[in-house]
Amino acid sequence: MRWVRRGGLSTLIFFIPLLASFGLFSWWPILRSLLLSLQRTNFLTSEWVGLDNFARVLRDPLLLTATWNTLWFAILAFVIGFPVPVILAVFIGELRRARRLASALVYLPVIFPPVVAVLLWKAFFDPSPQGVFNTVLGWFDIGPVPWLNSGDLAMPSIVLQATWASFGTATIIYLATLMSIQTELYDAAEADGAAVSRRFWHITLPQMRGVLLVMFLLQVIGTFQVFTEPYIMTNGGPENRTVTILMLIYRYAFISGDYGRATALSVLLAIVLSALSAVYLWATRRWSTS
Amino acid sequence: MTTETGTSERSILSFLDRRRPVVRVSVAAVGTLVIAGLVILCAGPLFWLFKAATSTTTETLSAPFSLWPSGIHWDSFVQVWTRVDFGRYFWNTLALMGGSLFLGLLVATTGGYGLAVLRPKYAKAVFAALLATLFIPGVISLVALYLTVIDIPLVHVSLLGSMWAVWLPSSANAVNVLLMQRFFANIPRELFNAARIDGAGPFRMFFSIVLPMSRPILGVVSLLTLVGSYKEFLWPLLVLPNPQDQPISVALPRLQSSIDFSQFMAALFISVIIPVALFLVLQRRFLQAAGNAGALKG
Repeated sequence: MRWVRRGGLSTLIFFIPLLASFGLFSWWPILRSLLLSLQRTNFLTSEWVGLDNFARVLRDPLLLTATWNTLWFAILAFVIGFPVPVILAVFIGELRRARRLASALVYLPVIFPPVVAVLLWKAFFDPSPQGVFNTVLGWFDIGPVPWLNSGDLAMPSIVLQATWASFGTATIIYLATLMSIQTELYDAAEADGAAVSRRFWHITLPQMRGVLLVMFLLQVIGTFQVFTEPYIMTNGGPENRTVTILMLIYRYAFISGDYGRATALSVLLAIVLSALSAVYLWATRRWSTS
Repeated sequence: MTTETGTSERSILSFLDRRRPVVRVSVAAVGTLVIAGLVILCAGPLFWLFKAATSTTTETLSAPFSLWPSGIHWDSFVQVWTRVDFGRYFWNTLALMGGSLFLGLLVATTGGYGLAVLRPKYAKAVFAALLATLFIPGVISLVALYLTVIDIPLVHVSLLGSMWAVWLPSSANAVNVLLMQRFFANIPRELFNAARIDGAGPFRMFFSIVLPMSRPILGVVSLLTLVGSYKEFLWPLLVLPNPQDQPISVALPRLQSSIDFSQFMAALFISVIIPVALFLVLQRRFLQAAGNAGALKG
């Protein structure tokens, strides 16, 4: 009761919303996921099956396809989507009067609700010669290109859309970093006679290194969990060429009702992602101290 | 961290550089190219969407880049609103956003206050558990969260098909709590000590010191929450199986096959114009919120 008199109870009251909401909808589901992955469940009974769910996941031939597709998405998104915001942020950073306008324009696609952006781009990807993108290609005597209907082009097309939808966030974050670089560094370099390109390589990039590494990590984690874009654009087709790991989890759980197998696959994916972040954080700490 | 440095001194280029004609011309040229590229790439799709929504279907499908050959038609908007009950999805979306905002702010403000100001002994453990959720990928709990929502532990109630199934899980947002916690931690301790001497308890301090001082961060967190819940797709798709209850984002893909192309474009345009209008009015806030969330992730 001394605890109550010293304000322990009124303090606890402030923690109740947080504990209730995270407890029920964050911490418990994470724990439960680990339990579920070792069980076979229908709503009435659940049976302990050990690692059987994991074995069944690993035996599914579609897993290899989905893993490859997800990796391919991540690689494409990195190659197309990673350098663009960096370059753009550097250019926008050099603008004077138009900087506000440029940052507003860059952020506009981020404002699009993902579903709307995906559906609009799906219309752009119309494979007929009168489709929006095919019309543009037609001006240069190229195409028509089958876009989402082609096994080889479907994934790059989806990545193009996803990049368009997200490059604004990265650009704004890089721009904020650029603006916080101490101007004395540039002044000193200039006094030493460093040309513009040398100032970029020896001041701008090193100063951005931390943010670049974090953004890379976030991008990998994000792209490994891609769902909405392939789900709406192609629903995994053509010939399973755009089935991603998260889509496989969705199919196991909400189409086949196999919750054990679905959670086993999510646990596997989460382990890979966590390991990736751990290795990555360890590596960046080593590099930044040396 | 803001992107607002309008009068700022220098960047990579200095004043001296900028006076050189070669630099001045190339900066102007690159600047024009960048702005023109951004207008086409970022504002272009929005404009095209408006054009497609106000043209007839055949016009758009046969010549996607011709500008209103038969004039502007507004009837697609009317049809979408009346015939496919788009207004209903619209209200569902607003209800989802409102509930998520209220519960999200409740959890973030009280939790942030407890962690940053009251700081009981167990706060460290709670804080660690909170940070852990940021590092554990969200995918791990998708299925388990669904099973939790259709059978809430202890009370055994199913939230399936109710707005609570979206509102409650969205309130467990660690980024929001941390943004609040960081802001509250920067309020000078002397203020709280003085209030305590004047006999104010934790509730008085929360309502008459912390909340009134936190308007900027409340704005940022509200904006992040509202935009986040407007964008949500997979979760409402799972927990709101009845078309009557669904928000715009879930209803749109379903409508695609059942309505005329120009009507569908009108539906897409309505869905995007609200956040875009909000963005144009509050763009400084939006960009600040993006920078803030980014700074936190970093």
